[in-house]
Amino acid sequence: MTNQMVGIEINDLHLSFGETEVLTGVNLDIQPGEFFAFLGPSGSGKSTLLRSIAGFGPTPRGSIRIGGRDVVSLPPWKRNVGMVFQSYALWPHMSVRDNVGFGLKERKMPASEIAPKVDAALDLVGLSHLADRMPNQLSGGQQQRIALARTVVVEPEVLLLDEPLSNLDASLRVQMRRELLALQRKLGLTTIFVTHDQEEANTTADRMAVLDKGVIQQIGTPQVLYDTPENLFVAEFLGTANILGGQVESDGGAKRFRTSAGDVLPLGDGQEGAGSIVLRPQNMQIVDQAGADTLPGTILHREFMGSQVRYIVRTSGTEMIVDQFHHVGHDWRDTGSDVHLKVNTNEAVIVAT
Amino acid sequence: MSNASPHSNGGPSLLDRLPASIFPRVSGLHAAALIIAILLIGLLIIPVLQVIYVAFLDPNTGALTLQNFVDFFRTTLFRESFWNSFYVSAMSVVFATVIALPLAYITTRFNFAGSVVIQSLGFIPLIMPPFVGAVAMQLIFGRNGTLNLLIEEKFGINIPFMEGLNGVILVQSIHYFPFILINLSTSLRNIDRSMEEAAQNLGSQGMRLFRRIVFPLAMPGYVAGAALVFIKVFDDLGTPLLLNVNNMLAPQAFLRISSIGISDPMGYVISFILVAFSIFSLWASFLVMRGKDYSTVQKGGGGLSRRDLRTGEKIAAYAVVAFILILVLSPHIGLTLLSFATIWSFAPLPDGFTIQNYVVMWENSKQFITNTVIYAGIAAVLDVIIGTAIAYIVIRTGIWGRKSLDYLATAALAVPGVVLGIGYLRVFHSIDIPFTDKPMASWWVIIALALMIRRLPYALRACTAALQQVSLALEEAAESLGATKGSTIRRIVIPLMSGGILAGFVTSVATAAVELSATIMLVSSESDAPLAYGIYLFMQTPSGRGAGAALGVVAVIIVGLGTFLSQLMIERDKKFKSTDQSH
Repeated sequence: MTNQMVGIEINDLHLSFGETEVLTGVNLDIQPGEFFAFLGPSGSGKSTLLRSIAGFGPTPRGSIRIGGRDVVSLPPWKRNVGMVFQSYALWPHMSVRDNVGFGLKERKMPASEIAPKVDAALDLVGLSHLADRMPNQLSGGQQQRIALARTVVVEPEVLLLDEPLSNLDASLRVQMRRELLALQRKLGLTTIFVTHDQEEANTTADRMAVLDKGVIQQIGTPQVLYDTPENLFVAEFLGTANILGGQVESDGGAKRFRTSAGDVLPLGDGQEGAGSIVLRPQNMQIVDQAGADTLPGTILHREFMGSQVRYIVRTSGTEMIVDQFHHVGHDWRDTGSDVHLKVNTNEAVIVAT
Repeated sequence: MSNASPHSNGGPSLLDRLPASIFPRVSGLHAAALIIAILLIGLLIIPVLQVIYVAFLDPNTGALTLQNFVDFFRTTLFRESFWNSFYVSAMSVVFATVIALPLAYITTRFNFAGSVVIQSLGFIPLIMPPFVGAVAMQLIFGRNGTLNLLIEEKFGINIPFMEGLNGVILVQSIHYFPFILINLSTSLRNIDRSMEEAAQNLGSQGMRLFRRIVFPLAMPGYVAGAALVFIKVFDDLGTPLLLNVNNMLAPQAFLRISSIGISDPMGYVISFILVAFSIFSLWASFLVMRGKDYSTVQKGGGGLSRRDLRTGEKIAAYAVVAFILILVLSPHIGLTLLSFATIWSFAPLPDGFTIQNYVVMWENSKQFITNTVIYAGIAAVLDVIIGTAIAYIVIRTGIWGRKSLDYLATAALAVPGVVLGIGYLRVFHSIDIPFTDKPMASWWVIIALALMIRRLPYALRACTAALQQVSLALEEAAESLGATKGSTIRRIVIPLMSGGILAGFVTSVATAAVELSATIMLVSSESDAPLAYGIYLFMQTPSGRGAGAALGVVAVIIVGLGTFLSQLMIERDKKFKSTDQSH
């Protein structure tokens, strides 16, 4: 079941439901064989974008090229795009075998060829022994695997997964996402995965696109997006971020960041002008001594989280979340105590606003 | 069993101090369960078993025999009746499907402004007892009816819409198609959009998609509706009787018992066949439905995707809906015209209009109306009391055998009115009314009890639904504050159920008021007759038809108003409860 891998190119895609525009000017270039994620909050348009690649929903303006062929005006059944639905959508009146064989039968394949292919697909997801069950006799994880087998058995050019893990419980989710990734690598299928869970996207995707309000905010590898967010939405959506508004100034040769509250932090580099500094909780240390790169603050709150201790620190501008590694024997800071936050500004990102 | 002895306040009563081995401690709920069980056995199970038993008895020697069945199938008239009943029921299912299928499809697959009209189409026929419309249909579709007079003038032909069995099929399918429409639309609406999309994604479309995915998923709903139509038509007595079609099973049973007497075995054989067919159809539809709860709609998912109609399609859709609407309303239109007509015969429309029929009706049917109010009132009050009690016992207690109360009450659905009537005649003719020497079979109270049993399954469903909406926590809160089981039921449960109970009451009154098949067997004198029987009597003579139609209009208004009120109460109740729990 190896395919020749195809890429997906989306150019200036616009889509509206009646008056409301839900996708605005989407441009994407997904490489052959890539595991790509659409990440965004609910209502961001990520599912709508996925469904428009599969051919569901209103016809968008713009182009969607799969392996160079524009499919935007083709009906779903002519696209050869495999989709696994969030609800799995296994047909309750058909056995597992009939569900998996459905697409092959639609392609007028003789029964003698369908059977071995169905067996191979079930084998691939490790559920050959359930071939004669009905869908309502399967657990959620099993249904998910059958839905996957049903989709890959027709050898689609690309595989679309709509929130595939959201209906599974937490422990199964971690296992399934590894299996999904292993399967994708094995089949070499260009795959798009929709999720609102950044951990899912971070752990599986080669690259991802963060969407908000129907607009792609940023595209890149999980690490690039986390380390160098291009805007505040991406910074805040991926992980925890402390954001201080202010501006970048030049002090002779050196650059520095002046917060709106008036505190000053030295910077290695940066574009002069108004902006925000993004500080991750692990970018700061709590120290006793004031220095050039510290902000004064008071500890408001403390949470023990196991490997680390999370402090909420009130500084002159805002409340900051600061994580410190926990080591046996180290004393914790008490709430109410006055401290200084040492900022590793070379790890911080300035986002123009 | 955990609730067997509810919390009791105060010291031990006299009852508690008696030795338990001699005086078993019975809570109020246990006593209620016992009384209801006895009532249901006495008023439903024994009469029906009695009818079945007599069907196997030699009328002369009293020995068990199959001879009655042999005689039945040897008689040409009975074989013909059997075949006719089967044929009429099957054809009614076919025609009801032809009416319901396009309506269900249009409302669930397309964005269609007429959907509201279609939804009310589902209710209009049900508010008129089919036998009431039968005579009016005769005047519109009959040999000398409006339609045929017009067709004959234009084309010189006469179409036998209402001849013999055709008439029964037409009246029944117009009346009962809503059962298929409602069930089929519900199951179509319960198919999740992703079911269809997954198939499209794998290369399926058009009719193939419909045949392989949509149709099988909607099948259980269709089968449920179709089985219901089949049973209702198979059991119905009033419509064939009013249309003067006597060569069917139910009319034969009625005629044998009313003309030859209650010792004639043929009425019992027919009753046995009617019950057997009812149970068989219910069982068959249960088999088809088993394990097929195909409701797949996801939260926030919505049913099948709908598309807009093209102009041509829209015109076609409206034409179909308009045609069916006219067909469905024709009994109502005909009945209204007839009730205001001076003379209506051999003419497309009445010769003139008058309100004289209503005057005649009012003068002659005060007794019918009074009787109806009394019978239907008694039946409905008992129905909601028993319904509430059974619902509470089944849902909230662990009393042994509680489920069987539910099954017993629901079993009444499978018992045709004719059979219940014959059973009552047989059982109660040998028992005298208390303190008199007249047989109970001719006592009017028996009519009310028959109506009570006939309507109980519906009232029970209403009460069960009402109780399911009352959260158990509300009761536990009352009990934790010191209320006993009894006062919790009285002060918390019943008031919260009141909307649903009232709705069940109104529906029971309205439908009991127009019940004919059981009452026609049990009415012993005209002074005891209810409204439905009155319509039947009026319709027997051509001169009484106008007044009969007027009484029919009254019946339709009663049922319509009742249905409307009960819907209103259910809606209001829902709103009240939803605001209650919104914070």
